[in-house]
Amino acid sequence: MDYFDRFAVPHPSFGIYASMVAIALTVIGIIVGITYYKKWGYLWREWLTTVDHKRIGIMYLISALLMLFRGGVDAILMRAQLAVPENTLLDAQHYNEIFTTHGIVMIIFMAMPFIMAFMNVVVPLQIGARDVAFPRLNALSFWLFFMGAMLLNISFVIGGSPDAGWSSYFPLASNEFSESVGTNYYMFALQISGLGTLMTGINFITTILKMRAPGMTLMKMPMFTWSALVTNIIIVFAFPVLTVALLMGSMDRLFATNFFTTSNGGMDMLWANLFWVWGHPEVYILVLPAFGIYSEVISTFARRNLYGYKSMVASMVIISLLSFLVWTHHFFTMGQGALTNSIFSITTMAIAVPTGIKIFNWLFTLWRGKIVFTVPMLYSLGFIPIFTIGGVTGVMLGLSAADYQYHNTMFLVAHFHLVIIPGVVFAMLAGLTYYWPKMFGFMLNERIGKWAFWFISISTCVAFFPMFLSGLDGQARRMYTYSEATGFGFWNMVSFIGAMGLAVGFALIVYNVYYSARYASREIGSDPWDARSLEWATHNPVPAYNFAIVPHVASTEAFWDSKKKGHVLFPGDYAKIHMPNNSGVPFVMSSIFFVWGFSFVFGMWIPVILTTIGIFACMAHRSWEEDHGHYLSVEEIERTEEQLRGA
Amino acid sequence: MNELFPLKQVMGFVVSLVLTVVALLVYFLDMTFARGIAILLITAFLQAGLQLVVFMHAGETEDKGAIYTNIYYGLIIALVTIFGTLLCMIWGYE
Repeated sequence: MDYFDRFAVPHPSFGIYASMVAIALTVIGIIVGITYYKKWGYLWREWLTTVDHKRIGIMYLISALLMLFRGGVDAILMRAQLAVPENTLLDAQHYNEIFTTHGIVMIIFMAMPFIMAFMNVVVPLQIGARDVAFPRLNALSFWLFFMGAMLLNISFVIGGSPDAGWSSYFPLASNEFSESVGTNYYMFALQISGLGTLMTGINFITTILKMRAPGMTLMKMPMFTWSALVTNIIIVFAFPVLTVALLMGSMDRLFATNFFTTSNGGMDMLWANLFWVWGHPEVYILVLPAFGIYSEVISTFARRNLYGYKSMVASMVIISLLSFLVWTHHFFTMGQGALTNSIFSITTMAIAVPTGIKIFNWLFTLWRGKIVFTVPMLYSLGFIPIFTIGGVTGVMLGLSAADYQYHNTMFLVAHFHLVIIPGVVFAMLAGLTYYWPKMFGFMLNERIGKWAFWFISISTCVAFFPMFLSGLDGQARRMYTYSEATGFGFWNMVSFIGAMGLAVGFALIVYNVYYSARYASREIGSDPWDARSLEWATHNPVPAYNFAIVPHVASTEAFWDSKKKGHVLFPGDYAKIHMPNNSGVPFVMSSIFFVWGFSFVFGMWIPVILTTIGIFACMAHRSWEEDHGHYLSVEEIERTEEQLRGA
Repeated sequence: MNELFPLKQVMGFVVSLVLTVVALLVYFLDMTFARGIAILLITAFLQAGLQLVVFMHAGETEDKGAIYTNIYYGLIIALVTIFGTLLCMIWGYE
């Protein structure tokens, strides 16, 4: 029995036992449901083995939404705990585990798959390609991400969640101070999903550089594709640092090496350093695709071409470079001298310049535009003022001398939420509404969508503005309770009310999906928003091959030109199309990776060895496999096109 | 004969052998740590550059621009990270 003791949760409570039961019931429910409706074959053929970028995009989207709710529940629990002084809803250990999980889930398993979802669905369509450069690798990316996410998510019912913060600083994260396997979960879940992200980076750089439609030079790419290209370049250069840091951290915890220890020549601060060498570029990995979505949405609904295309591109390239020069501003108070801190303060200020250029370009696009207030446009307009407040407080934090005052307080928490929520979450919700008809063939209800927007944007302000005040008054972040005498009670209660408002907003979005799926019209054509770029030039639903004839492009807005200026988008006749074959190997290999990570977490070496062999066997299989894909004949394409035109 | 003889490759091979021998000297000769590391760094970068250009044909295709941009970008980021880390953790640490 001793052997199985390790899987017990070290710090159980009623909530955790209830979650165990809920998870077990959900799993049984899903298995019974799929078996009852005889959907196993469908699931395997159409989803688990698919290499189609649109379907992979949809799977990323579903995972992101699920994780959004997981992270959201964590957030509500935290706000509820802090709503009144000396609350006993959660104890210190649970609070630690919840804020750690909230951070990891929201950044790595919600925001990342959300941007991956849009990159997958939109980028190949926007550049007129039939799929990404390496479709099978794309499926592997998704499944690795998914298994990494699942590995982290089972931690709270098997063995205990990580509790050293999402940044997992050593020496707190070392065996000495974090005895449970929680931090092992952190190391391996991030490692596995990070591998997937790195593959996506390589895949999309290749796709964008090599597979653009004829006539589409780099400077004629739509802005979202540009943002995806820059983002993926940052991914390829930033993620290896995380990979190495996680590897060193895992070795410290499992094999008693001394990279981040405080003795034997180790240096605990090196973890913080390496983490933020990756972590700061990561911020831009999240926000640049969001900026890309805003560019698409704003130019579509201002009914104008995007103002300052070249300066938009230039500012993103400059951001990509500067994003690697600022990481020390995350630990100004760690003990560097004034000179070092000043250098990184200045680079931090510098990065506000290209970001400001982008904001002004959006404002100039709106200027004299015929603005249409749709839901995606509301999110884009709401983004500008709220993000500016988040950004300005960021400049305050970036002043290294002043940072000694703000550091580690709720002021910081307010700042980064007011950057990430309008910067990333609003963009994702805008993109969700904007691309929904492209992905699912019907539109989300505008009226419910607007209610959700107002709930979410007002509640964001209500939830996070009070933290600026309590933070300046001295409320530290990550503190699980406080006394009544501190006077933080009022502000935290206001925050809690804001958090409840956010919950209502997200519930409205769920209701909107249900309502629209039931009642919305399916007769929406292929261009419901009167948009400007190529993703709207194909049919709805998009056929597997995307474009029957490869589009020819002569400007940044080829589709708009074809609608308004008589540009011929699809010259020539149908020809047979080469398509990649489906494959179950990515799913199988990622499942083995899941067991591999789980075995490492608990130091079970025999399964580790067996699964490592399994992983290499999958790679060997791929190396010797003969897979030349298949061709769609001209008759088949004609038939599909006929059908889609008729619809 | 001149057109057929792969002079560039042979010279590249000789130079890479010489660089390897120079790097090995650090092990066999008795020198200070600083001097040894300096020799290793210089020979390592020359060796890597040589391999990329001569044997991995970095500059011979039409996507030469993309390849070199990629290498320079990677180099800049690696150097910034290393020197920035040294600045934070050692030189600028009080």
